[in-house]
Amino acid sequence: MKKLDLIKLPFNKQNPITVQVLGVCSCLAVTAQLKPAVVMALSVTVVVALANLIISLLRKTIPPRIRIIVQLVVVSMLVVLVDQVLKAYMYDVSKQLSVFVGLIITNCIVMGRLEAFAMSNPPLPSLLDGIGNGLGYSVVLVTLGFVRELLGSGTLWGYPVMEKIGLFKIGYENNGLMIMPPMALILVGIIIWIHRTRNKDLQEQ
Amino acid sequence: MFDGLRNFITKIKPNFVEGGKFAWLQSTFEAFETFAFTPNTVTHRGSHVRDAVDMKRAMITVVIALLPALLFGMWNVGYQTSLTAEWWPYEQGSAASWWYCLWFGFLRMLPLIVVSYLVGLGIEFMFAQIRHHEVNEGYLVTGLIIPMIVPVTTPLWQLALAVAFAVVLGKEVFGGSGMNFLNPALVARAFLFFSYPTHMSGDSVWIAADLWGSDAIAGATPLGELAAGSMPTASALDMLIGTIPGSTCETSVIAILLGALVLLVSGIASWRIMLSVVLGGGLMGLLFNCIGANAYMQVPFYYHYLLGGFMFGAVFMATDPVTSAQTNVGKWIYGLLIGAFAVLLRVLNPAYPEGMMLSILLMNSFAPLIDHCVVARNIGRRAKRAARKEVA
Repeated sequence: MKKLDLIKLPFNKQNPITVQVLGVCSCLAVTAQLKPAVVMALSVTVVVALANLIISLLRKTIPPRIRIIVQLVVVSMLVVLVDQVLKAYMYDVSKQLSVFVGLIITNCIVMGRLEAFAMSNPPLPSLLDGIGNGLGYSVVLVTLGFVRELLGSGTLWGYPVMEKIGLFKIGYENNGLMIMPPMALILVGIIIWIHRTRNKDLQEQ
Repeated sequence: MFDGLRNFITKIKPNFVEGGKFAWLQSTFEAFETFAFTPNTVTHRGSHVRDAVDMKRAMITVVIALLPALLFGMWNVGYQTSLTAEWWPYEQGSAASWWYCLWFGFLRMLPLIVVSYLVGLGIEFMFAQIRHHEVNEGYLVTGLIIPMIVPVTTPLWQLALAVAFAVVLGKEVFGGSGMNFLNPALVARAFLFFSYPTHMSGDSVWIAADLWGSDAIAGATPLGELAAGSMPTASALDMLIGTIPGSTCETSVIAILLGALVLLVSGIASWRIMLSVVLGGGLMGLLFNCIGANAYMQVPFYYHYLLGGFMFGAVFMATDPVTSAQTNVGKWIYGLLIGAFAVLLRVLNPAYPEGMMLSILLMNSFAPLIDHCVVARNIGRRAKRAARKEVA
């Protein structure tokens, strides 16, 4: 596989959320607003990329029988680091994300990439694969955060867009369903629908 | 006159078949042709059961069954306004006022119905066209029910959005009419309820203030009064006839029962479901009467039939043949649980004054599972019986 494909594929035909349907839990929980969605996306990207790199470097020394434990230790370390950085520099966002930063440890995308890729590939491709998958996850998260904050709260990154363009004066109202997690699931469904309509080879028979 | 129309349709038909100028409008043409005339296509192979009740006739029967509730609802929209509005032009109780109530309600309901049909049918035609399907008749009923179960002051753009949501995500995603597992009309209502709660519940959405605009006069529904912890001010007789505030056409139990009669006599809806929903709600109501911990639990159990949308849901929505359970035993389980959950939600969860909508949607999603269990049990029983015979 070409190196560029490792980054490109997760955006499209190997997208962790819309094709592999992994990491859906966090993507429903943190996307009510754009800011936490972006921060979460970046955190996961950093964790997947670095975890992939570290595990790939260690892959020949890890005994197969305890590999999951080793992977978990590495991931936990990275997550704790990310969590501490967020608490230090973005305290309000860190509070909004609450347990979901910690839950990156159990994010299936992270474990999935470690098992499926990093355990059997050299460091550089593993790093690229981690970045690619992290960004593939990010694209969906940011899209959801954008749509949900815009239609649900009428703001973007806290800026009152809908009010500034004067929509409220002509009777527009925020859609309360948008900030509820079920709507995120429905939106993910719509994204999957569009994605599969455009890529016929992804449709199951 | 009909010959003229037939000839006209036959004349323009070649334009719409494969290869014609307007072949992309195939489904639309087909829909209007079969709307005007019985199709003359004949099947050539295999054996077929012929029945006079086709989809169109079944749907029209349901529309007829909805008419009493619809007409009463229109009148009641006007009547509720006449009770409170100062500008009402006729003397309270006069014949002129009676007719003006109906006219006022008609004018208030008309935009809701028009928007519901335009948006819903528009999307249905679009999807049929893209997929080269025939346009299905299912929306005739759904499109009428949606304006009947929302408050009269619902803003039209919100209604349009809800209809679009319900038709696309409640129905077309799963393959169109007959493939949906949730009742599309209730999906539309649920969308409105969760998206714009201030327009769907509370005290000041049920009575229209004037003919134009979405302003409302304050007036609590009996259901709202109960959720707030006090007995309803309306008498049981008022609630039976339906002269109380509420969603446009859900208030009159008598008008709904007339509709139920039409549905039962024509055999369109299942009596098992209607009966079991009523039984389920009654049993749950009696159970709460036994506990009697607060005002809501002490309400006589039959009040639950008179309040809110219980009867409308039991007669027109729970019985939807697509989304209900299919097996006879399954229908009993499905209906009993709808009634029971509806009363349970009403009494125990003050955040949702009306439990009927959520209860039907919940059981809609469980209906396939209920059917699966009933069928599996039946298969198991028959297998056992066969095994016994072999041994003997």
